[in-house]
Amino acid sequence: MVTYVIRRFVIGILVLVLVSLIVFFSLRLLPGDPALIYVASQVGGTGVTQEKLDEIRVEFGLDKPVPVQYLNWVKGVISGDLGKSVKNNKPVTALLGERFQPTLVIGLVSLVLSTVLGIFFGLVAAIRRGSWIDTLVTLLSYVGIVVPAFMLAFVLLYLFGLKLNWLPMVGWTPPWEDFGMSVKQSIMPVIVLATVPLAITARQMRSSVLEVNNMDFIRTAWSKGLRERVIVFRHISKNSLIPVITLMGIGVGLIFGGAVIEETIFSIPGMGRLMVSSIFDRDYVVIQSMTMIIAAIIVFANIVVDISYGWLDPRIRYG
Amino acid sequence: MDEVFVIGEPETLVAPAVSDWRRFLKILFQRKLVVVGTFVLVCLVLVAIFAPLIAPYDPVKIDMGHTLQSSSGTHLLGTDNLGRDVFSRLVYGSRTALIVGLGTVAFSAVIGIILGILAGFLGGWINAVIMRIMDALMGFPMMVLALLLAAVMGAGMKNIIIALGIATLPGYTRLMCAATLSVRENEYILAQRAIGAKSLRTMVRHVLPNAIQPMIVLITTMLGNIVLAEAGLSFLGIGVNPSTTAAWGSMAVGGFRFLGEHPLLSFAPCIAIAVVVFAFNMLGDGLRDALDPRLRGKL
Repeated sequence: MVTYVIRRFVIGILVLVLVSLIVFFSLRLLPGDPALIYVASQVGGTGVTQEKLDEIRVEFGLDKPVPVQYLNWVKGVISGDLGKSVKNNKPVTALLGERFQPTLVIGLVSLVLSTVLGIFFGLVAAIRRGSWIDTLVTLLSYVGIVVPAFMLAFVLLYLFGLKLNWLPMVGWTPPWEDFGMSVKQSIMPVIVLATVPLAITARQMRSSVLEVNNMDFIRTAWSKGLRERVIVFRHISKNSLIPVITLMGIGVGLIFGGAVIEETIFSIPGMGRLMVSSIFDRDYVVIQSMTMIIAAIIVFANIVVDISYGWLDPRIRYG
Repeated sequence: MDEVFVIGEPETLVAPAVSDWRRFLKILFQRKLVVVGTFVLVCLVLVAIFAPLIAPYDPVKIDMGHTLQSSSGTHLLGTDNLGRDVFSRLVYGSRTALIVGLGTVAFSAVIGIILGILAGFLGGWINAVIMRIMDALMGFPMMVLALLLAAVMGAGMKNIIIALGIATLPGYTRLMCAATLSVRENEYILAQRAIGAKSLRTMVRHVLPNAIQPMIVLITTMLGNIVLAEAGLSFLGIGVNPSTTAAWGSMAVGGFRFLGEHPLLSFAPCIAIAVVVFAFNMLGDGLRDALDPRLRGKL
C-alpha cells in the first residue's frame, strides 16, 4: 500500500513535469510580443525606445534563451515564486490569491452537490426502474449531457434574471461579506457548473446499481428477509459506489473546464476568467502558472480517488 | 431477452451468415430514439450538403437596413444585429458543425488508434512513454487545453480541428490500448507469432480489426462532444471567424446581448446544437447495444 502510494506520487510528479513542458513550450509559440503588451498596458504604447523594451525584457527574464527561461520558472515555482504578471505587473501569487477564491467556493459547492445528488438520483432511478422517476432522471441526465453549458446559462438568465427578476444577472460577493447576496449570485453559476457532472454521476450510479442488483448476494439478502431499506443502503449502494468515485476525479476537471465558460458568462472574477483574459493578453507567466495549478489539483484528485478505492473496497489490492 | 428461449422461431433457428448485418440493424433500430437520432443526423448531412439550395439568403451578407427583425414571412427566424438572416445562418452552420466534428474525429481517432495499438501491443517503454504523455494531456481540463492550443495556433477552422483533436486524443488512445491488450491474449495472435509474422502485420491485419469495435461507439459519441466543445470555443471568442463563416456557437454568443428582446437569436442555434448532440449520443448508444449487448448501460 505504501509503495503503491509512493509510486502513484512519483508518476504524478512525472506527469506534472510533462504538463509544464507542454505548457511552457507551446506558449512560446503564441504570436505577439509580451514586452510590447506590457508597454501598451503601462505607458500607453507610443514612442517606446528599443532600450526601454530591452530593459523590460531583462526585468521579466524574456531576454534569456527559452530553456533557461523554463528552468528559471521551475526554480521559482519550487520556491513558491510564480513570477510577475506582464499585463498588470502584479506577482502571480497575489493575482491567484484574489482569483482562486470564487472558483474554489463555486467549484466545491458544485462538486459536492453534483456528487451527492447524482448518487441519490441514480440510486432512486435504478431501484424504481421503469417508474416515472426513472424516466425523469434518465431524461434529465441526457439533457445535462447534450445541452451546451452556455445555453443552460442563457435559459436561466432569461427566466430568473430578465423575466422574473429573482436573481442578480452577474457578479460575485464573497460569502463572508454578504452571505445572502453571495448565495443569490451563486445559484445560477452553481447550476450551470454542476449540471454536467451531475448528469454523468446519475447515469453511472444508475447503471452501477442495476448491475449490483443482479448479484447473488442481493437475492440472498432478499431471501433471508432483510428490509428493503437495509438492502438498499447497506448492500446495494455501498457496492455501487466504486465506479462513481472514479467520476469525482473527472468531475474536478469538468469543474475547472466549465469554470472558463461559466465565469465568463456571469462575470465572476475567478481563475476561469483570468485564464481567458491572460490568453488574449499573451500573459505567459499567468497562463503557465494557472495551468500548472489546475493540472496539479487534477492529478492529485485522481491519486486520492485511486487510493480511496482500497479503502472503500478491501477486495482491491495494490500491486 | 425472453425470445431466446422461444422454440419454433424459424429466424432464430436458421441463421445464415447474411443475417449478421440484418441482426445488427434490427438491434440498432430497436429503440425509437435511435431511429429519431439517425433521422436527425441524415437530415443534418443533407442540409449541410444542400445548404445553398435550402438557405434563402447569403449567411454572411450584412444588411444594415433590416437589423434585429422578428420572424416573418421574409425572414423565417428573423435577422441578427447585422441584418443577417438567422435561418440561413443556421443552415450554413450545419456545415461548420459537421466539418469540425468529422475533421476532429478523423484527426484524433486515427492518431489515437495508432498510438493505442503501439502502446498495447508493443508494451514496455513505448507503452510507458505514450501513456505518460496521455496522462499529461489529461491533466488539463479538455476545455482549458483546447483553449490554450487554439490560442497558440490562432483562430480558424483548421486550427480548431487540431486543438480539439489533441485535447480529445487521450480517450481514443487509452481505449484502443485497453482493447489491444485484451485482443493480444487471444491464441490467434500467438499463432501469428509462431508462424513468424512481423509485428506490424499482426497489428494491422489481426489486432486492428478485432479491437476496433469499441472505438466506433466512442467516435460516434465524441462527434457530439466535439460539436459542444466547438460551440464553447466560439463562445469564448476562439472559434471559426464569424464574419466569414456561420457557426452555431458564435451565433449563440452574438445574440447574448439581445437576450431580453430577441431571445431567438441565441436560443435557435443553442437548440440546433442540443438536437445534434442528442442525435449523436442516441446513435452511439444504439451502436453500442448492437455491437456488444453486454456493454449496455456502460461506457
